[in-house]
Amino acid sequence: MAVEPHTVEHTARTLMDHLPVLQVLIPFCTGPIIVFLGSRRLAWPLAFVASALSLIVSLMLLWQVKDGGYIAYTLGGWEPPLGIEYRIDAANAFVLMLISLIGTITLPYALISVADEIKRRDHTLFYACWMLCFTGLLGMVATADAFNVFVFLEISSLSTYVLVAMGADRDRRALTAAYDYLIMGTIGATFFVIGLGMIYMATGTLNMADIADRLADQGANRTVRSGFAFVIVGMGLKIAMFPLHLWLPKAYVFAPSAVTVFLAATATKAAIYVMLRFTFSVYRPEFTYATNTLEMIFLPLAVIAMFSASFVAAFQTNFKRMLAYSSVAQIGYILLGVAILNETGLTAGIVHLFNHGITKALMFMGVGAFVLRAGGSFYAQIAGLGRQMPLTGAALVIGGLSLIGVPGTAGFISKWYLVQAAFERAPDNPMYLAIAVSVVLSSLLAVVYVWRAFEAMYLMAPATDIRAKEAPLLMLVPMWVLAIACIWFGIDTDLIAGAAAQAAAGLFEGSQGMLEMKGAVH
Amino acid sequence: MMIEAIPTAFIFFAAAALILILPKGLARNIVMLGTPILSAVLVWNTGLGNFAQIPFFGFELEFMRLDKLSRIFVLIFCLAAFLGNLFAWHLRDSLQQVAALAYAGSAIGAAQAGDMITLFFYWEGTAIASVFLIWARGTAGAYATGMRYLIIQIASGVILIAGVAVFFAETGTITFDKMELASLGTWLIFISFGMKCAFPLLHNWLQDSYPAATITGTVILSAFTTKLAVYALARGFAGTEILIYIGTVMTLFPIFFAEIENDLRRVLAYSLNNQLGFMVVGVGIGTEMALNGTASHAFAHILYKALLFMSVGAVMFRTGTSKASELGGLYRTMPLTAVFCLIGAASISAFPLFSGFVTKSLTLTAVAEEHKLIIWLCLVFASAGVLSHSGIKIPFFTFFAHDSGMRPKEAPRHMLWAMGITAFLCIAIGVYPDPLYALLPYDLDYHPYTMDHVVAQLQLLFFALLAFAVIFRAGLHPPEIRAVNMDSDVIYRKFTPSVMRYLAFVVAALFRGVTGMINRSAARLVHRLHHSHGPDGSRAASWPAGAMVMSIAALLGLALLVIFFS
Repeated sequence: MAVEPHTVEHTARTLMDHLPVLQVLIPFCTGPIIVFLGSRRLAWPLAFVASALSLIVSLMLLWQVKDGGYIAYTLGGWEPPLGIEYRIDAANAFVLMLISLIGTITLPYALISVADEIKRRDHTLFYACWMLCFTGLLGMVATADAFNVFVFLEISSLSTYVLVAMGADRDRRALTAAYDYLIMGTIGATFFVIGLGMIYMATGTLNMADIADRLADQGANRTVRSGFAFVIVGMGLKIAMFPLHLWLPKAYVFAPSAVTVFLAATATKAAIYVMLRFTFSVYRPEFTYATNTLEMIFLPLAVIAMFSASFVAAFQTNFKRMLAYSSVAQIGYILLGVAILNETGLTAGIVHLFNHGITKALMFMGVGAFVLRAGGSFYAQIAGLGRQMPLTGAALVIGGLSLIGVPGTAGFISKWYLVQAAFERAPDNPMYLAIAVSVVLSSLLAVVYVWRAFEAMYLMAPATDIRAKEAPLLMLVPMWVLAIACIWFGIDTDLIAGAAAQAAAGLFEGSQGMLEMKGAVH
Repeated sequence: MMIEAIPTAFIFFAAAALILILPKGLARNIVMLGTPILSAVLVWNTGLGNFAQIPFFGFELEFMRLDKLSRIFVLIFCLAAFLGNLFAWHLRDSLQQVAALAYAGSAIGAAQAGDMITLFFYWEGTAIASVFLIWARGTAGAYATGMRYLIIQIASGVILIAGVAVFFAETGTITFDKMELASLGTWLIFISFGMKCAFPLLHNWLQDSYPAATITGTVILSAFTTKLAVYALARGFAGTEILIYIGTVMTLFPIFFAEIENDLRRVLAYSLNNQLGFMVVGVGIGTEMALNGTASHAFAHILYKALLFMSVGAVMFRTGTSKASELGGLYRTMPLTAVFCLIGAASISAFPLFSGFVTKSLTLTAVAEEHKLIIWLCLVFASAGVLSHSGIKIPFFTFFAHDSGMRPKEAPRHMLWAMGITAFLCIAIGVYPDPLYALLPYDLDYHPYTMDHVVAQLQLLFFALLAFAVIFRAGLHPPEIRAVNMDSDVIYRKFTPSVMRYLAFVVAALFRGVTGMINRSAARLVHRLHHSHGPDGSRAASWPAGAMVMSIAALLGLALLVIFFS
């Protein structure tokens, strides 16, 4: 569905036309409202309603663009490139859906987990921060304005630092984790904005489509090239691309459980989306330097991440930390899919973005339930808990299988696409055969680290005589929704793989060009 | 989507789920026994064809391909499941019951798979379901063994799917049919099959795990995994010459180990390996006669091997041990079990009128028809070895030999029934092989009971018997009796001729050297990885912020370098 040029005189728009901005606006307004009301009882319901509304909006958006085309929305009716434009196509509608889905599913889970881990007086602010983080992530995905991406990136980052630091009620080390993340995240964002500055210097515009047009016209010069390097490396840090992942394990381990669930499934994913947008729609894979960066830097680093982080995960003694390192490895798979640079590979990356999101959210939820009952996530502490909390344990088993990529689970689908993508390129470059093999081999490492967790959960003798109770229903339901999703999307591949293929195709087409506002009267 | 008949595996899985909601006891046992019978009847009535195709990812998965090759395996798997479950009638353990059904179902599903993705699903299914039969024993040793077993079985599955993926890239098809062993994909698939089939040097899991399982678990285990691999080889790699040599080595080397082994269940595991060798040779020859030999041998072998495992298992059930040095003289109180064991022994040794005779001779004839003299001689030698370690050693040291003083009760009635039915089938096939021959993949006009054939076989058997008798007589001198107090292993070795011991020593040292080297280098690698990637290693440590900033600066530099120079 291509954009309808506004040929009519009147400019009244229906609610449907405002969906792109509502996506961001709903949580954006809810955050301050929570603070102003200052009511501990109202904070959670408000946040939840806002998330649920966002989810509905994102599904409606995805529905409109899932077969191609895009929706353009000009903020306040100001014409781009001066005004800010939101542009929704299959790629970002997909990521918006993932973020609001995880946000909505995680909130019910957070209610009990947050009450357990964070002081009562901070609850209102916690949910306000949560909403801001949510807003930031949605915003940086929805917008088509490069500087706007930076603004939303900072909104999400700053609130994330606070959310991570709130883990300090349980473990003071959350403060240093948040501090490290702040330093690193700020450097990453700075790199990103420096890159934007260079692009602006060369092209004189900040609208992504506009930049793309001008880059195509003027060809490559040093400024534009360095801009690409800064943008990519800055985002690489937010993505936790190996070796810029060092902030991630600490932040995930010491953040409150619910925050870990939310961040693991969304924050890095939104950053990956921004990287994709810049690599494919602003810059183009046709530019040799962009291709070379992907093939000579991203590809080897992704493969190293798959192994190195998996080995670290395999030797961990803390479930949460193991999952954090496994995330670094899984991000390696996503980046590998992107760096293979064909449509199947990009589809694999986007599918894995979703599948890993739900899988990792499920796993972290399970660990959070263990933390609630056992007070920690070391294997020694959760020994035997799988038997004492059978429903939590079973959900974790499903998540673990999906993490490995066992057929019949979501994780298998992405790896299947990934291996296929590598094979597609194998005929002209035998190196890709080795890459396909390395995907399979590193999955074996996933078997090892997931197995170690299963062993602790089921086969080790419990540390104490006290029998742990099953997790509360409010935590179990989100877990099982995700667990069923892990299996569902492992069998029914039409929805996710279809949308991802559309997104990949859209990205490969490059920029859709500037929005033409013929006859619009403002 | 086209489903004309329910794939047999689904019936088993449904039954496994049903077991969980039924009360322990009779109701469950009825399901345990009814499922294989019902399945076999359904398979028989369905006829031949391709009955269940389900689209998946743009592939057509074929869940139920019944042709003459797969049908005989499906039927014997059903039969084996029935007999194994009957033998385990006394069990009240949900885990083992579910595992047994799921395991049998997976094996049957794999035999019915018409494409290699379905094959992979079931391939992994057999691995995961069967390991619980080992873990069910509950000892620390069984746990470690189960882990080793699982790792190898899963690895086999992973190699299989990798091979299938490469094969698909090479040929664009995933149909499971005859392949040429010429490309990377087919080699991977071949190695995966070989791991399950316990090829030499890939065989250790077998002798490691089967004796470690529960009494009833071993009976179940012995039937499926390896024969599934034989089926897969016969389907995919019939006529691949290298299999002839692999199979020949397989028939030979376990003999030496079986001779010196004291644990009778492990002896049987070695002998299982040796029997697989015959089947692999048959696949390698690949003529119609040879493939018939393989299929019929697998059929008969499942029965007599189960019978032997059952009889040793029954003894273990009553006495608590399966060590040759601790047993002996049990025929006084367990006469029926002893008779059944002898029938199994006679079958595996291929005495005329027993099942082994009419099936093994097909393979031998096929080898002879191809004029492979050395292979033929090796197989004949291996046959003599089978007689020695399985035919004589098992019954002799369990039920006869020196009196251990134990007076256990006769085996429980359901075990006797299970053994009785199996023993009956062993004899029935031996006496009247025509129905079995009719089931075989290819039409066959073969008469096992010719004069020269019977005489040759009897000569072989009687001379082997004679040799054993002489050695035993010569060895049974006072020093051995005094040695009763010594380590059981040592006593047992004194019974065997020193030549055998010497050979075993050399072969064992060779294998131990190779496997030891692999183990040691693996241990060293893990140690080194732990040093760098372990919780205290540099890769997992928390770095100071400054170092992290360094890494981002370095990466930026690298990116700029690449971008400017391209």
